[in-house]
Amino acid sequence: MLQSVFDVNTIRKDFPILERKVNGKSLIYFDNAATSQTPKQVIEVIVDYYSNYNANIHRGVHALSQEATDAYERARTKIQKHFNAKHAYEIIFTSGTTHGINLIANGFSSLLKKGDEIIVSALEHHSNIVPWQMLCERTGAILKVIPMSEEGELVLSEYDALLSTNTKLVFVNHISNALGTINPIQYIIDKAHGLGAAVLVDGAQSCPHIRPDVQDLDVDFYVCSAHKICGPTGVGMLYGKEEWLKKLPPYQGGGEMIAEVSFEKTTYADLPHKFEAGTPNVCGGIAFGAAIDYMNAIGFDAIANYENELLVYATKQLEQIENLKIYGTAKNKTSVISFNVGSIHPYDIGTILDKMGIAVRTGHHCAQPIMDFYKIPGTIRASFMFYNTKEEIDTFIASLKKAIMMLS
Amino acid sequence: MTIEEIQNEIIDEFSMFEDWEERYQYMIDLGKTLPLIEERFKTDTNIIKGCQSKVWVHAEMNDEKVNFTADSDAIITKGIIAILIRAFSNQHPKDIIDADTDFIDQIGLKEHLSPTRANGLVSMIKQLKMYAIAYQTQLN
Repeated sequence: MLQSVFDVNTIRKDFPILERKVNGKSLIYFDNAATSQTPKQVIEVIVDYYSNYNANIHRGVHALSQEATDAYERARTKIQKHFNAKHAYEIIFTSGTTHGINLIANGFSSLLKKGDEIIVSALEHHSNIVPWQMLCERTGAILKVIPMSEEGELVLSEYDALLSTNTKLVFVNHISNALGTINPIQYIIDKAHGLGAAVLVDGAQSCPHIRPDVQDLDVDFYVCSAHKICGPTGVGMLYGKEEWLKKLPPYQGGGEMIAEVSFEKTTYADLPHKFEAGTPNVCGGIAFGAAIDYMNAIGFDAIANYENELLVYATKQLEQIENLKIYGTAKNKTSVISFNVGSIHPYDIGTILDKMGIAVRTGHHCAQPIMDFYKIPGTIRASFMFYNTKEEIDTFIASLKKAIMMLS
Repeated sequence: MTIEEIQNEIIDEFSMFEDWEERYQYMIDLGKTLPLIEERFKTDTNIIKGCQSKVWVHAEMNDEKVNFTADSDAIITKGIIAILIRAFSNQHPKDIIDADTDFIDQIGLKEHLSPTRANGLVSMIKQLKMYAIAYQTQLN
């Protein structure tokens, strides 16, 4: 089914969407940081689920429910193994990264008091800022921000200075969605733990490129979305250390999350069900597991090596284009390139590239503070996955040059 | 010329083009002919919401005819607003309110008409019509 040697042409055959035409041209999909494409191995799992064993889980006595429950829990175990969590019940299925972050923010609202401090990084996605602002409003806690440098790296000396015994939580993304910077999360975690603060890492952008070991990192919470790693939309996971998940109150009330209910008192179910109220995205969870299998069969080392090759190749060619400026030049970054050309608006370039069948992202990438830092309205962002090719990059560069000519 | 006549004229011009490239090149050129808004009207209240690029529109009425000026920081957006303004400027507010905008489809820019599209063509049309409605109430 899958290849042990990395061969992009074989891999591309797994992705039906890569064969489609857009505006009469072969699709070149460089918007992978927004969502990745889905291989047929995952699509088949989704079709199989709805064709053969669609059922509600955990409560049924019948065969379908049993099969669906088994498959769903097997997916949880796959995710546990992938992230090397100690227990499967430390993996909570969510609707995605944003859900996971909100779940933790809500949980901490009962633990924080006035004067406590939360630290976030300047490289955050909106979804990683707003819940903490809301949490601070609710609790009287104070939000502090680790600043970034011109290269798009976090200024760690400033982080050290922000940390104190008032710090209760640190939130940072593993990789910046707008710039591709890989943040030194081990350092951030170790320093925070030194002062007794918990750390949540947003892994939305890292999970397609890196295989994190949550025990090795000693991270308290780690969240990600399946759709960034070749899985379906609408499902993700939250890893939390058992001791923390026990301490936090449930996020939503409903079925699944209760042990016993009377009108006087409800006792909550054990982990992970305490945080999984209502019927979950059963098919999504199972397909998430299939996506992880798919990625692991290719191998994260092979993926990272190849994607880095694409990054270096594209960066070199882009740097030769007159007046082109790349934002985010961290030494340690993934296959994301954010750039602008002279005073041409990113929207104009994105529109012309789309006419040529090339999908990139334009705008502020939900990271307005980063755009404010560079004093720009937005950027063009090209992001690559292991199924992209150097030939596609060549076509992209030629098309970009044509767009620049039309717009100058 | 009536709005309909102007729209037909624009359709004729665009019908000469064979591919998207020529259409977009022409649109970019039209952007350069846009009656520019005075700097003092480039305020936050004159920004049209729903566009990825910034679009400012200003309207004035003289002799019962509405005239629009505009600007954008993106060239293609400038072209789109230039086409709209060419069709709607120097017209009676009631005619602007009643005008349909099917010609956008006919000049091959249908993809810009989706309300979810980030360029906000739909918002631009709405804004021009809002100005017309406001001036129409002054005339009533």
